[in-house]
Amino acid sequence: MTEPIIKIENLNKTFVSNNQEKPVLKNIDLAITVGEFISIIGPSGCGKSTLLRIIGGLDTEFKGTVQFENKPITGPGRERGFIFQDHRLLPWLTVEENIKFSLPESAENVDDIVSKNLEIVGLHDVKKNYPRQLSGGMAQRVAIARALSNQPKLLLLDEPFGALDAITKIHLQEEMLRLWELEHITMIIVTHDIDEAVYLGQRVIVMNTHPGSIKHIYNVEQSVPRSRTSPDFHCQRDKIYQEFFEEKSQTFFYNI
Amino acid sequence: MKEVATNHYGKIIKYWSLYWIFPILILFVWKGTTILGIIHNYTLPAPDKVIQTAVVLTTNGTLAGNIIISILRVLEGFIIALAAALTIGIAAGLSVKFEIITDFVLQVLKPIPPIAWIPLAILWFGIGEASKIYIIFIGAFFPIFLNTLDGIKNIDKKYIELARVYEVPQKRVIKHIILPGALPFIMTGTRLGLGSAWICVVASEMIAATSGVGYMLMDGRDLSRPDMVILGMLIIGIVGKFMDDILKKLSNRMIKWN
Repeated sequence: MTEPIIKIENLNKTFVSNNQEKPVLKNIDLAITVGEFISIIGPSGCGKSTLLRIIGGLDTEFKGTVQFENKPITGPGRERGFIFQDHRLLPWLTVEENIKFSLPESAENVDDIVSKNLEIVGLHDVKKNYPRQLSGGMAQRVAIARALSNQPKLLLLDEPFGALDAITKIHLQEEMLRLWELEHITMIIVTHDIDEAVYLGQRVIVMNTHPGSIKHIYNVEQSVPRSRTSPDFHCQRDKIYQEFFEEKSQTFFYNI
Repeated sequence: MKEVATNHYGKIIKYWSLYWIFPILILFVWKGTTILGIIHNYTLPAPDKVIQTAVVLTTNGTLAGNIIISILRVLEGFIIALAAALTIGIAAGLSVKFEIITDFVLQVLKPIPPIAWIPLAILWFGIGEASKIYIIFIGAFFPIFLNTLDGIKNIDKKYIELARVYEVPQKRVIKHIILPGALPFIMTGTRLGLGSAWICVVASEMIAATSGVGYMLMDGRDLSRPDMVILGMLIIGIVGKFMDDILKKLSNRMIKWN
């Protein structure tokens, strides 16, 4: 399978502030194959979230080609699930109602869909709960179940675990890997956590800032099963650490 | 006292004794001033005199009659205002065009106090029920309308974005995002509206009426009966508080997700 699910060619985006055009993304070229797990990492302000929002169809003002399954992206679509940093559950709806809210009107057996997907993310007996009764990790699991209920071909994750504590974060990262293997969904995660990027991604895209552009793409050789403690993992991770470390030491050097 | 149950009851007793301490103190000071003759009976009759008047007016039925007629007037005007304010408020919240079209007229009408409408209301509708209900309508409309509009405008855009991701149809967005999102504001507006409606009924009854709590105040003045006036004022306060309590309870029940 080498057919790209996402094809980005010569993508440019500018942002106007104080009557000045500021480039946000510059000359982005990227092809993502069906079934890949991609991590996008970069310093804040590098446009990584904007890139994800463009793929999600939430941001449609750009120049260049962005295609999903060979069709240009003109807006959001169910087949491209989006997980935000906040769980974004409607506070006035129960867990069950929140998932039903997202389903197409033509959907049948909605109760089964809800149960099945909550089960997949490891939640039981929370259907009737309101979001405020859930912990941050549980709420994010519901958000994932909601995305899965819509049977996405592509799942876009915008710093999905950024607001969670370290332990919950690791649990959910493992959960995402399991889902990826189970459901064969192409996943793109945007993160500023190098460990997370290397642990999850088959390819890690390192982005540059001012303007946002792709600096390097690393192919991560994942051990099976993945490990956070193996020398391989550390080796991969250190390479990416150096991307950021190097830049800093250079500026420091020039300043003196 | 260390047991949980005792502690719980202790808290309740503490709360209610704190709650009632100030009203009871006022009652004592009030009674005290009349016993010591600091304030003349004609200016401020003793509290027991007011209670006595309440008993007399209750037994001959005038008190209940006046209260009921005022409440009925409020309900009529308030319900019409609620329906109109919700309809126009939601329409203006959802449609920018509608908001622009109605903005100037509504913003000019808003600062006119409901009481300023009384002369016109009497010219239009006479001194019957219609003029009072119209004043109440004006008084209740704006708080509900403005809060509904604000509530819809203040809905977190991130929920609208979520609805876009899942291609949720507009009808479901209104039902599940816009209306519940604006509900806390709408309920606040409704409470303010009912409060304003109660103020307006009293005001309109004081000017042109032959029944109602407001009429009772004016009647008390005409008869030189300060006890009746004070009783009327206390009733206005107490009924107003209970009406607000009911809406507050209703609002807590409706906004159960918080």
